[in-house]
Amino acid sequence: MRQQIIVSGIGGQGGLFVTRILAEAAIERGMEVLTSETHGMAMRGGTVISHVKVGSFTSPLIRTGQADIGLILHAGNLEVHRGFLKPGGVIYMNAAMSGNAEAIDATRIAREHGSLIIANLVLLGFAVGQGRIFCDAATVEAVLKRISPAKQLALNLEGFHLG
Amino acid sequence: MGNEAIGRGLVEEGCTLAAAYPGTPASEILSSVVAFAKETGAALHTEWSVNEKVACETALANSMAGRRSAVAMKQVGLNVAADPFTRAAYLGVKGGFILIAADDPGPHSSQTEQDSRLFAHFAKTPVFDPSSPREAREMVAEAFALSEKYEIPVVLRPTTRVCHARQNVSCRTPAPREQKACFEKNPGRWVATPQFLTELHRLLNGKLDRIAREETLAPILTPGGCARPRTCIVASGVAFAHASELLDTLGPEGRIDLYQVRLAYPLHQPFIEEIRKRYEKVLVLEETDAVIEMQLGPGGVNGRGSGDVPRQGELTPDVIEEILRKFLDLPAVQAVVAAKKGIRPSLCAGCGHRAAFYAIRDAFPAGIFPSDIGCYTLGMNFGAVDTCHCMGACIAQGAGFYHAYAAGGADFPTIVVTIGDSTFFHAGIPGLINAVFQGARFILVILDNATTAMTGHQPTPQLGVRADGSEGRKVFIPDLVRACGVRHLREIDPYDVEAFTAALKEADSFIRAPEGDIAVLIAGHPCILNRMARQAQAVFAMSITDDCVGCQACIDAFECPAILFDGEQNRAQIDQNRCIGCGVCMHVCPTGAIRAEGGKP
Repeated sequence: MRQQIIVSGIGGQGGLFVTRILAEAAIERGMEVLTSETHGMAMRGGTVISHVKVGSFTSPLIRTGQADIGLILHAGNLEVHRGFLKPGGVIYMNAAMSGNAEAIDATRIAREHGSLIIANLVLLGFAVGQGRIFCDAATVEAVLKRISPAKQLALNLEGFHLG
Repeated sequence: MGNEAIGRGLVEEGCTLAAAYPGTPASEILSSVVAFAKETGAALHTEWSVNEKVACETALANSMAGRRSAVAMKQVGLNVAADPFTRAAYLGVKGGFILIAADDPGPHSSQTEQDSRLFAHFAKTPVFDPSSPREAREMVAEAFALSEKYEIPVVLRPTTRVCHARQNVSCRTPAPREQKACFEKNPGRWVATPQFLTELHRLLNGKLDRIAREETLAPILTPGGCARPRTCIVASGVAFAHASELLDTLGPEGRIDLYQVRLAYPLHQPFIEEIRKRYEKVLVLEETDAVIEMQLGPGGVNGRGSGDVPRQGELTPDVIEEILRKFLDLPAVQAVVAAKKGIRPSLCAGCGHRAAFYAIRDAFPAGIFPSDIGCYTLGMNFGAVDTCHCMGACIAQGAGFYHAYAAGGADFPTIVVTIGDSTFFHAGIPGLINAVFQGARFILVILDNATTAMTGHQPTPQLGVRADGSEGRKVFIPDLVRACGVRHLREIDPYDVEAFTAALKEADSFIRAPEGDIAVLIAGHPCILNRMARQAQAVFAMSITDDCVGCQACIDAFECPAILFDGEQNRAQIDQNRCIGCGVCMHVCPTGAIRAEGGKP
């Protein structure tokens, strides 16, 4: 099994946390994983992207037109990062309107739940629920239980389930 | 993460002192050392030093005492640490000494694309070039062993794509290692006046010659078969990782000899001879300069010198694919250009720096604004930052601009220099002493958010918390400012825009008075990413009234991510998802249309 996923968002949305969950989920399932992230100056509200490659790869970066799946946390990024997707690749997007991607209004759902910061997990929950990502919901839950700070765990699980 | 793998490696290999100054992409190395030391019970001293030079010197002395030591920094940190680093090669080390310099081809978060391997070459120091987190961890062990065998400092040079890559890396238990501090006096070596240096240099050259013949450090060949026996690729770092994967995807066309260079300098001497003998066509892929290419000798190599590899920018897989296809005479792939550019980064909603910048620009529309490195560089987005050079430069630049304009008694514009608290500790103090002594006149605003925010909230000496969480004696910025000879000092929270503006005007009068010189304002407001500090501050309910005329002054001069412009209705809007209710923007609207209600903490 080989899968290449991009996680696209703007700094502060929790794209790095989603990346880390996916990487840990691969390890949990005994798969090889390589990811690449954006830190530092690129983070303060600017456009950021992470690459997740599960299976036998040596390079941490995804080439143009090679990603199987795109998780888009910020709808404005669709046109910026769409080029990474291969023909037939699937996009799961945080957006009020669907258009030409499978979308969920994660921001609204998270806000109505009282905590905007879980919008990233709402989108992840939605995407995992569609069954095309390499890991299932139980694996992600196990990872969340392992890596969430104690205070944050219940909220993180709620966010994931909302999606 | 690569930085965690390096941190883990340092703890497992018995490092006894790790010092660092934060900087992307190296910042997580030291915090990982702290975390893994706690987890494994390893006893070692860790510190966020005030700058890279200090970190390097501290670690070198620990090595002179016979103990394994490491110092971590970003590539430009090596410029700051250049003085102790270059001499360390001549004098050598005792306990294994690794200098980790993380490069940033691209650059993603740096002021240059410099290649630390070239710096290591210049300093005559061996340098490892890892291609993955796992390999970076292994190279920590090899670097310590090499350093001790030859009593030479060793550089580990990861790049952003190694530092910030994640990969499964298995953990080991730290091996117990007897490392009592034992400094053996040897003035001819540790004091090394010029009379000793030619001999030390000769010894150093001899060490490098022997290292260049170390069999275990020879490049590793992945054979490509017989299809193209006289063609090969020589690659290092993450460029090797990209190339290796790309050759796999090319199928039979990609079957070609591929060498991975792990020690980029000194390049394995027998390897150089073999390449010359065996191959007619050689492509070198490395980041960011032609370090391996240069050692392979002039001519006969496809690389930067021949124009086959771009001389700037990151070697992404897309770039390498294009180079490879051309080198192997394969059809090119159609380049895909992103349909849209991304959003530029900006100061967070509620950031105290924004309030200070707004007041500065408003008070002195014709001012000159030298600034520095940190989150606050983003003040350039709204015209409050005119220069950003290198750590601490802004203060001397402020003085330089003053002397430029005021030469011969001419009038001078108001110069407002902004610097962060951590940057002030790092390299601002010598500049301030010099500016005071040389009679410069400008306003220095120290943006004190009580942390090193951009790189992940490492504490400064003023906070009194050390890297491992223990308490240290606080060193206060106002004391330092006064000790530099400054007579006009005010401390104000920039959220109070009116008081801050009044303080700026008062400072301007001071610097222009006959007996005036430098005025310092400490703009203190904690970083709002610090949850405790944020919970302690008042929260206003912000709204925009019908008085909004759509002039966009708030967007242009303030650029808060929580203020959006609705083009259809021609008016500004508050994005309640992002607004933290700091209330500062109500000072910004020329028609008074931004309203703040409440104010409960």
